This record gives sequence, structure tokens and C-alpha cells, in this order.
Amino acid sequence: MNTREHVVAMANQIARNFVVRDRASAAEATARHIREFWDPRMRALILEEARTDAPALSPEAKAAALIAADDRAATAGKP
Amino acid sequence: MAADPEADFGTPARHGAPVRLTIDGRAVTVPEGTSVMRAAALADAAIPKLCATDTLESFGSCRLCLVEIEGARGTPASCTTPVREGMVVATQTERLKKLRRGVMELYISDHPLDCLTCSANNDCELQDQAAAVGLRDVRYGYDGANHLDAPADVSNPYFDFDPAKCIVCSRCVRACDEVQGTFALTIDGRGFASKVSAGMPEDDFLNSECVSCGACVAACPTATLNEKAVAEIGTPQRAVVTTCAYCGVGCSFRAEMRGEEVVRMVPAKDGKANRGHSCVKGRFAYGYAHHGDRITTPMIRASTADPWRPVSWEEAFAYAASELQRIQATYGRQAVGGISSSRCTNEETFLVQKLVRAGFGNNNIDTCARVCHSPTGYGLKATFGTSAGTQDFDSVADADVILVIGANPTDGHPVFASRMKSRLRQGAKLIVIDPRRIDLVRTPHVEAAHHLPLQPGTNVALLTAMAHVIVTEGLADEAFVAARCDMDEYREWAAFVAEPRHSPEVLEAVTRVPAANVRAAARLYATGGNAAIYYGLGVTEHSQGSSTVMAIANLAMATGNIGRPGVGVNPLRGQNNVQGACDMGSFPHELSGYRHIAGAEGRRLFEGDWGVSLDPEPGLRIPNMLDAAVDGVFKGIYIQGEDILQSDPNTKHVLAGLKAMECVIVHDLFLNETANYAHVFFPGSTFLEKDGTFTNAERRIQRVRKVMSPLAGLADWEVTVGLANALGLQWSYGHPSEIMDEIARLTPTFAGVSYALLETEGSLQWPVTEAAPAGTPVMHADHFVRGKGKFVITDYVPTDEKTGPRYPLLLTTGRILSQYNVGAQTRRTRNTVWHEADVLEIHPFDAENRGLASGDWARLASRAGETSLRVLVTDRVAPGVVYTTFHHPETQANVVTTEHSDWATNCPEYKVTAVEVSPSNGPSDWQARYQAAADRARRIEPAEPAE
Ligand code: SF4
Ligand code: SF4
Ligand code: SF4
Ligand code: FES
Repeated sequence: MNTREHVVAMANQIARNFVVRDRASAAEATARHIREFWDPRMRALILEEARTDAPALSPEAKAAALIAADDRAATAGKP
Repeated sequence: MAADPEADFGTPARHGAPVRLTIDGRAVTVPEGTSVMRAAALADAAIPKLCATDTLESFGSCRLCLVEIEGARGTPASCTTPVREGMVVATQTERLKKLRRGVMELYISDHPLDCLTCSANNDCELQDQAAAVGLRDVRYGYDGANHLDAPADVSNPYFDFDPAKCIVCSRCVRACDEVQGTFALTIDGRGFASKVSAGMPEDDFLNSECVSCGACVAACPTATLNEKAVAEIGTPQRAVVTTCAYCGVGCSFRAEMRGEEVVRMVPAKDGKANRGHSCVKGRFAYGYAHHGDRITTPMIRASTADPWRPVSWEEAFAYAASELQRIQATYGRQAVGGISSSRCTNEETFLVQKLVRAGFGNNNIDTCARVCHSPTGYGLKATFGTSAGTQDFDSVADADVILVIGANPTDGHPVFASRMKSRLRQGAKLIVIDPRRIDLVRTPHVEAAHHLPLQPGTNVALLTAMAHVIVTEGLADEAFVAARCDMDEYREWAAFVAEPRHSPEVLEAVTRVPAANVRAAARLYATGGNAAIYYGLGVTEHSQGSSTVMAIANLAMATGNIGRPGVGVNPLRGQNNVQGACDMGSFPHELSGYRHIAGAEGRRLFEGDWGVSLDPEPGLRIPNMLDAAVDGVFKGIYIQGEDILQSDPNTKHVLAGLKAMECVIVHDLFLNETANYAHVFFPGSTFLEKDGTFTNAERRIQRVRKVMSPLAGLADWEVTVGLANALGLQWSYGHPSEIMDEIARLTPTFAGVSYALLETEGSLQWPVTEAAPAGTPVMHADHFVRGKGKFVITDYVPTDEKTGPRYPLLLTTGRILSQYNVGAQTRRTRNTVWHEADVLEIHPFDAENRGLASGDWARLASRAGETSLRVLVTDRVAPGVVYTTFHHPETQANVVTTEHSDWATNCPEYKVTAVEVSPSNGPSDWQARYQAAADRARRIEPAEPAE
């Protein structure tokens, strides 16, 4: 896999794991996770994917990619 | 005066109310249950003995330790006589002296008198005790019936058994039973005919049940069981205490030396992790340190098609630094990174991450813990607040129920397994959750109360089913939960697991474990007293690894099994310093002490100390680095002590990543598989060649001490310093203790750690802080590190790796006792007599369907690739499941594993791969091609003649 394919698979997988906990907050949780563990280039790639017409992302993963792109929201509350 | 840590008091210590007695006119106070022998030894009135030693329960067979006790008849054996209040004991009377000399005389008359040429001369208790009882003469002569012609058994690669010297004291038999728990030895026959035997009469040590732990050798008072190396090299002159560099148990050893040569490694009696025990790896398998394959000169090459060119350290550092600088100038700051090693010391690991963050100017640092225990870090931090196990190893002695999930301690963590087995023999109950019938399920005098052989990949479903039983049957410890955890989160979790879809009956379809067994196991865990969970890579190396760790933490919190001895959640770490590598800031998003790189406060602390500004963004993990390399944006890497090409999943993808890089720097003992695609090779040093510390699975920080000079001239930490300075960093560490001082300065959990304190304390379990200056054996005692314990809902999300008509079987992987990880070290020792090659275990039903018999070659194919290896037909694995190890590069088991990984940490899913197995004629084309390429890549130019 190249990075683009890999981040799509990862974002979907992360979102799927948060959805089972709570669908309503899954996008935020996924976004926090992405912001906490992914380097900026991976975040940029997932954002590109989310902005395509037919992203290979679940609805939660797509929402998460858009939220994660907003740096200020994601870094807030970091110790 | 400090007590001699190796002193032998004859019988084990006891803990009881004080008892006062008089020995040879002196008043002595000892705990109730202590033997007269031990009390006397503590009062400096050591009594002669042969069959007693304080690592074993007393036996009372040799009759050398007789004493007189006022008011008692005869001359009782002091080793089997417990002290009583007011007892008056005499240890040296004329009658006793005479009796003892008589006993000794009988022993010596049947013993070869070749002391001067015996390999154990001056290291023999028989010799010492003969002197102690004043034996000068043997009245029976030496011509009577004796055992002096009995042939020696030299089958074990590391020790010999010479029955001519045996005094039949049974110490070896008892050591194998009590300490190791293998029960391999017996005393055959009676009276004069009695002799030590390894199992059946026709068995020698090698063919017996013996696992070569060395406990019997350490216990033997004569040269009957003796290390071959003592005969080959001579008796040791000095000893240095150090720590085993193999597994996460972290056994403490005395490296007994002659000059710069190790004569033997003897487990340290006062080692707090191992309490005097060892396994075959740490005890005997250090021969790799001098193996001919060791590379001792730095080497470079412009292209991996070229042979290696040996160069000086200066040239190697300068070349590597200029390449890294060129790459960053061309492709950007993020185009390089580093990988630290769980096999190296804390100090070395800390320096590698510092090099990346302060020198490369990014956070592209990761560690091999990524592929083993990264989910432990994530899961335990989320639930408890600390990325580490909760207990010390001693805690197992207080456990009433032991739940082992996804771990095979007798092979992976043998010394801890022995301690666990000892507790199980005392009556603790065992639950094993594992697809395979691991040895622990049934071993001498131990039988699991429940073995739940689940489908690989269904841990979360099984643990949820157990939680369902605990909650719906009212077995949860709600008082503990109310006091210690967030009650709202608990209620949400309890409602979730109580849903009917999570009952064992419904989930049986997924786990394939009969519901009744799950219910019984859950009830036992919740109600059987102190319950402790031990887990390993069978938990973490799954796409749900982090979820499983959190599910385990949930179970422990819900039943109140946290915060005191005998309970807890205990990851059994694979490699010696996995815990340390994680603690030292080896993850791309975290500084040492698990502080996120985005956190301004933590970052500023480091920036101030290091005098640089740090990138606040997380860097790349190992799989992301390889992806980025395939993308063409990641071009250079420094890899210390890690063979990613052999150990990481999906070999073909790793290979593509390595091939796409322009400067791969491998720092290792040997030209490993990754080095075949490297441009710079820095020769590494073994644990015998450097100072430092390792942190074991119980958070115990222990010293590694240099006993010989590094073969390549530099210890590993000095190599990283050399590279850093070539990059212009101006590091000036004179000794690893200075690196530890920096770690302590920058890492709150290590705040109180120093080499001086380690010297006096022996070892320290972090956190070592002002509040806990001597360390912390049991964590979360009064409150969780994160405040309130957090219940996390963990639903079962099946892996994407699915069986189907083309790949109908599930492959799971593991390790065996005598080999270690990718085998780089153990394959280069005599341990290969136990494991020459990796084999594929397959159930008789599946084997028959495919026309396979034990010993046949089979093709093992997955969606990722295929390899060939020989099969072993066994019902240890369930139908539908196959199992192999990954110790040998020829097997290339990771050609088959996929890129699926844990959702939270990218820890690879080694434990579940859909495969097909079919007959084959031998190694696959890929294996043959790979071998040829590897041979080409390992060529070294002859060194230029010195001028
Ligand atoms: S080496 Fe260990 S397993 Fe083997 S016989 Fe001795 S004590 Fe038993
Ligand atoms: S082999 Fe050693 S320990 Fe075993 S019975 Fe003989 S003398 Fe005792
Ligand atoms: S149990 Fe582990 S640490 Fe102990 S000797 Fe064996 S390999 Fe070394
Ligand atoms: S030492 Fe007490 S009987 Fe042998």
C-alpha cells in the first residue's frame, strides 16, 4: 500500500471502532485520534481524500478527516 | 556488614512471629517456621550440610547436619527441625563431630579422589564439607563396590552429568521439581543402587523432558552436574552482576569471568525478578557474543549492489551524516527518521529518539515495540492512566486465580512461568484463553481449570461474554467500582455488556467456545479470590489489540482486582527492554514518560535542556515510514538493533520501502536481513560489552554492566553519540550514568533514578519519585494514576482478514523456549539442537485432508505471499488453525503475514492470517531467490593491507 491507500484504510478502521462505542461522537473521537497520532502529511492526504467527490471513506471517517484538519480545535486541551 | 547475596542458609526464609532460642550458648531470634539450620547459619554457626540448600525445601537425607537439642532424644537433622521458643541447641559436640565424620567417610569412599583435576575443584560443597567436618582418613578403603565407572551423559550442549561423582542428595531432582517445575529428574532404584535419572532409563538429558534451565546444575553440590564451560575454560576469577538481554522477565545474573571471557552466567539469588532462577537462554545462550558472524568494523557502500567496504568509525560517521544531510536538503526535513530497539539499553534508546528529535529536527522515531506491545501502551493509558503493567512478579504468589490470555509463558517467559507454576501447584486456579493448547494447560502437577480454545481473532468477543456473565449474574464488585472508577462510564459499560447479544450463548458462534465453559471461567475469575491477568502478544498482535487490552482492564476494574498484591493486569513483554524503549520516548507522538509532543509544557522542558526547538507535530510510525518511502518522500533511516525485514509484517512491502530509500543505516551485531538493503553498517555491541539499564515487564529498572570490551571498539550509545556529533550536535556524555541523569531530569516517573541509587537498591520499579523514593511495586493502590478508572466500551469488530474458499485456514504465530524472536542471537548458539527450523503445526484432520504427514514440506500461502516449511501434525492446534514460529530467516514467515493492524496503534496482526496449506517439494521460488540475493548483498571487500 502507499500512504494514501493506507490512511484511508486506517481512518475507516478507527472510525468503525469508535462507532460501536457511540455513533454520535465517533467522528470527533476519530478526529482526535488522527490528530494525536498522525503526522501532518498523512492528515493532509486524508483531507484530500475526504474532499474528493466520492471519497473511499465511511461517513464518520470523512467527517473526522474534515474536523482533524482544523488544528485549533484538535490541539485544544492538550496537556 | 552487608550480607553476602550468595550466602546459603540451608533452608528457605520464613515469615512468621519471632521465636527466641539459644544456639551454642547464643541467643537468636528468627521467624516462626525457620529451621534450626537456618537459625544457626544466621547466628554465624553454620552447620555442615549436603542435601540442604536455601533455594529448596529441606529433605533430610544426608544426615550430616545433625544437632543436639536439650530435652530431645537422639540427634535430629537441623534442616528438617523447625525452631521452637526456648529451644537450646548445640551444633558442635564430640558426639556430633564423630557422627558427621562417619557420614562423610561413607560419601567419600564412593567418590573419585581426583579433586585436583576436577573441574569443580575449590567450587565443590563436598570438598568444603569434608574439610568442615575434619575428615582426614577413610577407613573403608576405596576398593569396595562403587559407582566410579558409571558413564557420563554429555548429551546436553551446555552441561555434563557425571554420575561417578553423584552423592544422591536429590538436590537436582528437587530443583527441577520445586524451582523449575518440569519434573524431569527422578532417583531410580533404592539404597546403593539409587541414581539420578532423566526420565526413562533410555533417556539422556537431551532426549528427556529437560528444558535446560540449569536449576539442577546450580543446585548440585558436586561436579556431577557441571557446566561444560567450567571444564573448558577453568573456574571463574571474578563476578559482575548484570541483567539478561533476552526476554522481558529481566533475570539478574552473575557473569562469572576469567579475564575477559565469560565462564558461566549464574542466576543471582537476590535478583528480584528471578529470585535465583534462569532459563536456557539467559543461562547458557550467550555464545553469539563471540560468533564468527559478528561484524567488528564499520562498513559503507554507495549502492546495495556493491560489496561492503570496511572503513574507520570516523569515515562511517562522516559518510552517514553527509548522506542524511544531503537527503534532508533535497527532500525536506521529514525525509529521514530512526528506529530504536527494545534490545538496547534505556540510555541508548533515549539517545536515538533525541538524535531524531534534536538532530533530524522531526519526530519520525519509532521502536520495535510498535510490532508487539504498542496496544498495551494505548489501552492501559486510556483505562488506568499508565502505559505499564500493574504488579511486580512477586505478586503471583498471592494470586488465587490466574488468567493467562494470549501468552505462552513456559516458552516466552520461562522464569516467570516457573514462579507461576509454583503458585499453581500450591492450589491457585488457572484459566487459559488461547487457540492453542499451550504447555501450561497440562504440565506436571498443574492442570488448567478451564482452557478456552477460541478462534484466533475473537479475544474481544470472548472477554465481552465473560463481562456479560459477571454483570448479569451480579458478580461485579460495585463497591470498588463506586470508590475508584467513573460510575457513569461503568453503568454505560455494564449496560452494554449486559445486552443479550453479548451472552456467551450468542457469542459462541463467533468464539467457538462452549458457553458453559465461558460462564464457569467468568464466575471463577470474579469470585475465586485474588485474580490476576497475564497476557502477551496473542492479545496485542490483532486488529483489535488495543480493544482487547481495554477489555482486560475493564474486567479487572469491574471485579476489584486492581491495586494490591495478587491481582492486576500484567503484560508479559517480549523483549528485554520493550517497557524501557516505550518509556524512553520512542513513539513518534510522545516524549519520554509518555508526554505528548504537542503539549507545550513537556516540550519546553526538553527544548530548554537540549537547546533546540522541537517539532510539535507527531512523526511517522514504522509502517507509515515504509509507506512514505514507497511514495518517494522518505529516503533515509537509522535503525538500531532491529531487523525490520525479518520481524515486520508483509516482507514484500518492507522490502519495497527499504529499496526506495537512499541511505539505510543499520546498527547491529550481525549483517541481518535488513542490512542486505543498507548503505551504512555500524557494528553493535552485546549487553556484555556496555553499561546501561534495562526495564523489565514489571517496570523494574536494572543495571547492565560491562564485563568485556566492545569488539568493535565502541558501545552502542557511543555510536549514536558519534553520529550525532558528525551531524554537529556536540554531545559530550562520558558514561551512560550521565544519560540516566538527563532522563531523570526530564522524565517525572524516573525523577529519583540514578546509578548511585541503583547500586544501593539493586533495582527500582518506576515511578521513582519524591513520594515513592524506593519505587512502586504495585500501582494504582489508592487511586488510579489517571484519577478515576475509565471503563471503555469495547465491541467486537472482526478483522478484515477473512477465511474463504481460497484461504480456509487461520495462521497464528508464536515463539518457542530455546529460540528468541528473529533468532539472530539464539541461532548463533548451541540452542539450535532444540530447534533447527521453524515448523508448521497443523491438526490431524486438516493434514489428512491435504495428504500431509509430519516432516513433509508444505506450501503456506496467504493473500500477501507464500513460503514453504515442514509440517508437524498435532492436536495442540484446533482444526482450522495452523501455527508457526518466526525464528529462522529461511522460513520467511512474514512473507505470508498481511498489513492488517491494530486499529489504534498499527501493531501488526501477526496472530491472524487466512492461509492455505498444500504439499510442496521444498523451499519456494521466492525463498530460493531471496537466499541468492541475500548472499550477494552480504559480500565484503577484503580489507586493504595496512601500510
Ligand atoms: S536443566 Fe532444568 S529442566 Fe533440565 S533437569 Fe535440570 S532443572 Fe530440570
Ligand atoms: S547430581 Fe548432584 S544434585 Fe543430583 S543427586 Fe547427584 S550430587 Fe546431588
Ligand atoms: S526468563 Fe528471560 S530474562 Fe530470564 S534468563 Fe530466560 S530469557 Fe533471560
Ligand atoms: S543437610 Fe540436613 S539432612 Fe542433609
